[in-house]
Amino acid sequence: MNRSLRPLAATAVIFALAYAASIFQFPGMFSTRVLGNFLTDNAFLGITAVGMTFVIISGGIDLSVGAIIGFTGVLVAVLIGWFGIHPLAAFAIALVVAAAFGAAMGAAIHYLEVPPFIVTLAGMFLARGAASVITQDSIPVTHEFYSTVTSTYWLMPGGGRLSLIGALMILVFIVGALVAHRTRFGSNVYALGGNAVSAALMGVPVARTTILIYTLSATLSGLAGIVFSLYTSAGYPLAAVGVELDAIGAVVIGGTLLTGGYGFVAGTFIGVMLQGLVQTYIIFDGTLSSWWTKIVIGGLLFVFIVLQRLVFSASSSRTKTFWKLKHE
Amino acid sequence: MVDTHSAAAAGDNPFVLEARGVIKIFGQSKALDGVNLGLRRGEVHALLGENGAGKSTLIKILTGAYQPDGGEVVLDGEPVRFSDPLHAQSHGIGTVYQEVNLLPNRSVAENLFLGRQQTRFGFVRKSLMEKNARELLSRYGLDIDVQAELGTYSVAVQQIVAIARAVELSGKVLVLDEPTASLDKYEVEKLFEVVTQLKQRGMAIVFITHFLDQVFAISDRVTILRNGRLIGTEPLAGLSRTDVVRMMLGKDITFAPAVTGIEERAAGPALVEFKACGKAGKIHPFSLKIRRGEVVGVAGLLGSGRTEMARIMFGADQCDAGEIRIGDKPVSLTSPVQAIAHGFGFCPEDRKIEGILGDLSVRENIVIALQGKLGWFKALNRDEQMEIAGKFAEDLDIRAASLDMPVKLLSGGNQQKVILARWLATDPSFLILDEPTRGIDVGAHAEIVRTINRLREEGLALLVISSELDEIVAYSSRIVVMRDREMVAELTGDNINPSVIVQAIAAQHETVAAEGASV
Ligand SMILES: Nc1ncnc2c1ncn2[C@@H]1O[C@H](COP(=O)(O)OP(=O)(O)OP(=O)(O)O)[C@@H](O)[C@H]1O
Ligand SMILES: [Mg+2]
Repeated sequence: MNRSLRPLAATAVIFALAYAASIFQFPGMFSTRVLGNFLTDNAFLGITAVGMTFVIISGGIDLSVGAIIGFTGVLVAVLIGWFGIHPLAAFAIALVVAAAFGAAMGAAIHYLEVPPFIVTLAGMFLARGAASVITQDSIPVTHEFYSTVTSTYWLMPGGGRLSLIGALMILVFIVGALVAHRTRFGSNVYALGGNAVSAALMGVPVARTTILIYTLSATLSGLAGIVFSLYTSAGYPLAAVGVELDAIGAVVIGGTLLTGGYGFVAGTFIGVMLQGLVQTYIIFDGTLSSWWTKIVIGGLLFVFIVLQRLVFSASSSRTKTFWKLKHE
Repeated sequence: MVDTHSAAAAGDNPFVLEARGVIKIFGQSKALDGVNLGLRRGEVHALLGENGAGKSTLIKILTGAYQPDGGEVVLDGEPVRFSDPLHAQSHGIGTVYQEVNLLPNRSVAENLFLGRQQTRFGFVRKSLMEKNARELLSRYGLDIDVQAELGTYSVAVQQIVAIARAVELSGKVLVLDEPTASLDKYEVEKLFEVVTQLKQRGMAIVFITHFLDQVFAISDRVTILRNGRLIGTEPLAGLSRTDVVRMMLGKDITFAPAVTGIEERAAGPALVEFKACGKAGKIHPFSLKIRRGEVVGVAGLLGSGRTEMARIMFGADQCDAGEIRIGDKPVSLTSPVQAIAHGFGFCPEDRKIEGILGDLSVRENIVIALQGKLGWFKALNRDEQMEIAGKFAEDLDIRAASLDMPVKLLSGGNQQKVILARWLATDPSFLILDEPTRGIDVGAHAEIVRTINRLREEGLALLVISSELDEIVAYSSRIVVMRDREMVAELTGDNINPSVIVQAIAAQHETVAAEGASV
């Protein structure tokens, strides 16, 4: 098996085992109703994590995503609540603002040669600060569009509800996977993560790709902010604090190498689902503190980083020489 | 000698790509000082010079990787300014850079077509790309899984992929910067077939190498640089090897005499002994004794297990059976740290990946292994470091503007010398050298052969892996031959000569006395 598939396979196996164990303990967890909630509750995290996957594959990191979720949530709430703009228009504005913000971070990373960690950390403070300047409080959104959207769902067999935002997350994952694995942009992202110098000499447009990557991540965070505002029907400047770390965790657990160059969007989906599974388990159990989520995720992260280290160092020495000499 | 073949004189075959009076300055030093290079359609143009002469810098300017500080690049008679390699590519100029490793994390197919994948509705046509990749590589006699990551293949395969990629990209000009450094004889023949075809199709090919035989085998004209200056451009037909070497070095050199079969000194017990050491899937168990004051040469094709053997000897890989003895004590050897403590040194084959710490200075790169051996509590101060680094830089003729410059800025051959210096500085008792002369110019090549002989006389035990048979017979006291990951022969005395080695490499198992092979 292709070695970069191994961490992904491990994640899938662990997820299947954990799910099976949970079902064994709480048969109620085996239902499309639980699955539906799963998807809805984690939609904003999943959407963010797709963008984060691209960033990490390219060898970067984006710490600003949680702050952008908070900021777009507030922006949307303000545009709707204070200025009476239609939610769809407000969403469009929010996405454009987020995209521009991401493009600016990408440009700073490429042209000023500042490490992504620093640039996006600054971006995080900036976005969080801007949201808090607009308001300190939670701004509720009351608009019939919101109630329509939140009450729209598809009935799944078994009575579960696939909400609009849950479906949106799945759509984002599918499109994300296609873009990563099937387009030139996707190839360029992997190329940057593999070896930026080689990539440049091979003719990868490094500047454009870097800017696009951070634009994509910020735009998806903006979308996650919109989803979060639909989910909570409010905008709050301190919403989604720490989500950047959850997203990074989901990406790494999903088999993407933190040092870049290897990874799968589908793996990130399992990573998100695994986090959701732990939360659901805690809810079903009822006695555990929700902090257990963090502890379990922390433990899993550790296991996965060690696992990747083993897989990639074990097979890094060149072994294949399928060299067919044709002695004429 | 000055170029008399100007564009005007050869009106019927004008230059496709030309460097005119190109100057490149790095910090204080001029890497190129008014260099001209003119490439004609349908020629193979060799670009020669010592390590650090400026060859790679010149082609980086021609292909847009660097911008010149003076002079100009002229394409089809029009001055151009390539902003980056992509821009040059779009004008039909394909390049294999000396340092480029392509992308180890991507599939072979993708490495071949990155940047120009065919798409349909915005999606890359993967299966078409893979089909094309297979076809393309078959022209080089390479039949591999193109979906596999490039990094899982040997350096030679990667090099062929890089060449195939550049050939595909180049409509007019193909630039090959030391493409043959990690290829064996058959692979070089394949490459030359392709180059000859391209030449017949009217392409201009720049060929940089330190193998003079290859220059004479395929080139039409030659341009020689020395210390960033143009020495001349000449048709190769009128030149002898000695002429070429004299132009490169500015003096004649004496080649190390072709000694055959240095007396095996039976004297002395073994310094290190490997008894039936092997590693499943990598190398069959081998047994070998290495004594003080002898050089054991290791011959064999690429991928025959030579490097795997060296890695086991240095503790970089562990053997899963067998025993290692130093003197007559069995020792454990599970990491390079232990190996260094035993007085071993290892100069790896692939300096780009395993050897050079690019951002550290030349001085730090030289002293790092010594420092590791002394332990961090006996830190060498700067002056001591300077003295040690200075001594080896002089001994090996390392050309660096300053010992404090990052080693990645040195020319390829000089980086190789830095690694050699690193291990010599540790004053080892057993030194393993994997292809020590790869990418090293003729002058320094002779110097390294002399150094190996000197070290042997000083009583070191050496194991030297080399693909160059003339070279290996010049310093080996014994030669072991590897084939298909197995030690198949051990040659001594009169058998140390190239034709016997070739036989041993190529022969079938039963025809070679397999002494010393699996016990
Ligand atoms: N980016 C850089 N910064 C500073 N100095 C450099 C840089 N690139 C090259 N040099 C210096 O320019 C000189 C020419 O280097 P170049 O790589 O062109 O040599 P070369 O002829 O290709 O040698 P080799 O045969 O060893 O590959 C060397 O002295 C090198 O140290
Ligand atoms: Mg060079």
